[in-house]
Amino acid sequence: MSLLELENVTLKFGGLTAVDNLSFSVEEGEVFAIVGPNGAGKSTVFNLISRFYDPYAGKIRFDGHDLLQVKPSGVAAYGVARTFQNIELFEHATVLQNLLVGRHRHRTTNLLSEVFFAPSAKRQEMENREKVEEVIDFLDLQAYRDKMIAGLPYGVRKVVEVARALSTDPKLLLLDEPASGLSVEETADMRWWIDDIRRQMGITVLMVEHDMGLVSGVSDRVLAMADGAKLALGTPSEVQSHPAVIEAYLGKAS
Amino acid sequence: MRIVFKTNYMQDIRPWKDGYQLSLYMLLLVVAIAAPWMLDDFYLGELTNVLIWAIAGLGLMVLTGHTGQASLGHAAFLAIGCYANIILIEAGVPFMIAFPVAGLITGIIGATIAVPALRLHGIYLAIFTLAMSILMDDIIVLAEPITGGVAGKYAPSVGVFGFMVDRWGTPNEFYWLTLGVVVLVTLGYINILRAPLGRSFIAVRDSEVSAQAMGVDISRTKTISFGLSCMVTGWAGALMGLYAGAFNNETFSVVISIQLLMMIVIGGLGSIHGAFFGAIIIGFLPQFLSISKEYVGAVFGGSTVAIPGLEFGIFGMILIAFILFEPMGIYGRWLKVRTWFELFPFYRKDMFKRQKSYLKTERLR
Repeated sequence: MSLLELENVTLKFGGLTAVDNLSFSVEEGEVFAIVGPNGAGKSTVFNLISRFYDPYAGKIRFDGHDLLQVKPSGVAAYGVARTFQNIELFEHATVLQNLLVGRHRHRTTNLLSEVFFAPSAKRQEMENREKVEEVIDFLDLQAYRDKMIAGLPYGVRKVVEVARALSTDPKLLLLDEPASGLSVEETADMRWWIDDIRRQMGITVLMVEHDMGLVSGVSDRVLAMADGAKLALGTPSEVQSHPAVIEAYLGKAS
Repeated sequence: MRIVFKTNYMQDIRPWKDGYQLSLYMLLLVVAIAAPWMLDDFYLGELTNVLIWAIAGLGLMVLTGHTGQASLGHAAFLAIGCYANIILIEAGVPFMIAFPVAGLITGIIGATIAVPALRLHGIYLAIFTLAMSILMDDIIVLAEPITGGVAGKYAPSVGVFGFMVDRWGTPNEFYWLTLGVVVLVTLGYINILRAPLGRSFIAVRDSEVSAQAMGVDISRTKTISFGLSCMVTGWAGALMGLYAGAFNNETFSVVISIQLLMMIVIGGLGSIHGAFFGAIIIGFLPQFLSISKEYVGAVFGGSTVAIPGLEFGIFGMILIAFILFEPMGIYGRWLKVRTWFELFPFYRKDMFKRQKSYLKTERLR
């Protein structure tokens, strides 16, 4: 069984069909990329998986659970973490606090034990810290641990977003344009990290990306979309040479 | 510059940075406990007032400063706490039970009110809570059999651990009672801030979308925040009632709500220190004004008659000045001054500058 399955998912905003009868599935342990021109509905697919939008029709299943049955905050509980295209960090908190919010789904203490900071709350904090420090080490964020997000450079924020998603200990990581706005070196770093996330941590990655170098470098399979519908699905080279994809990007040769 | 080397996780988890900082706060606590022997009754009364305002400020800080939900209606919760406390005491419940219960009642009412308020954001939430504050005035008048209506109620002396506590009779004991509540509330607040709940408040404040993506239940978090905020405000209200001695429907007017919100904005949103700094300003400003008015009158000649609205005028101007020049409040300014000294001569002007971020994903909702 696949880890994530979308079955005939359709989403309409008024008269506009943003996602049109889309079906695909992501297998455990792979890096799956979604590409397509602007407005193709790539981020909308992410927002559907995150339950920010309700699909008009279709099914979304993750790891045997019907995602359409849960609230947006319940998706993370199943082990789906995500980043955002336009960085959505908690601006007026430190990097450490941001990553610790990622541990929220593992919270076992209740209001009372937190108000009195009972031993259980303390133990939980220690465990959270251990996990978060692993992520900090992995992504080389030591220098920024106690810095406020509000003062960090863009490239670092992008990494902090990935770190926060990794802190949730996910099974599936959704990366929404991880390399957009990054420099060539930063993109190269991101490429190795995505590779390591899959290899070392065993996390399945689903990403939306425009940088074809990054996409063909790390992904096992690529889905090309245009106008909310599937154009092609296959290995990076297959998709890149697919006539429908070339047409969607460059237009028809006359 | 003092550099704290971190060698274990507890250094980040415990509330104080190092022994130096802890000893400073301990010193502050000792001075606070010893205040009755250092101040005369008038200034002790004023200090008690400041502490009560600080509790109310802490209550509102949870909601507005940390969860990002503006409330212009917290006077209503001061009123609920105040009346609940006095009514319970009049029914024969000892103060030591009536006081916590009054806070709990206020918290439960606050959390219930939060349910319809959850759908509102920003200015709409402010209007909703403002309406609540105005309504409370009428409700107190209408519920005359319980609340005493326009005639109001009088606060009795209360017993704490066998000690008689009365604002006028035993101001020292009343001060220590208030100080005790302040310390307990502050400790609870610090604990929440270093636990998952406090972080989820901050998450909801800074980005609801990504808070949801991290598994934070937005409506639950907001409801808890409302409940806690109102509970603490209820305690402040109960103490305010005891402090005032007599109160009626007009004691907790909309003006108090607005003053509370102004107070935490001036003090610095999103910090416990801010509530205290704001309370000091709001508590001592009237005294400062009347003293300086006398001085101005004595030096330059002129009347010493009260100028109507002077206090609010000055207060409004201070607020405008803060919003324009120091949106982070007194605490924010204090941080800057401290950083300047710590990093001297390497402080950069833009160090605390907020980066403008465009294209917020808020349009999702």
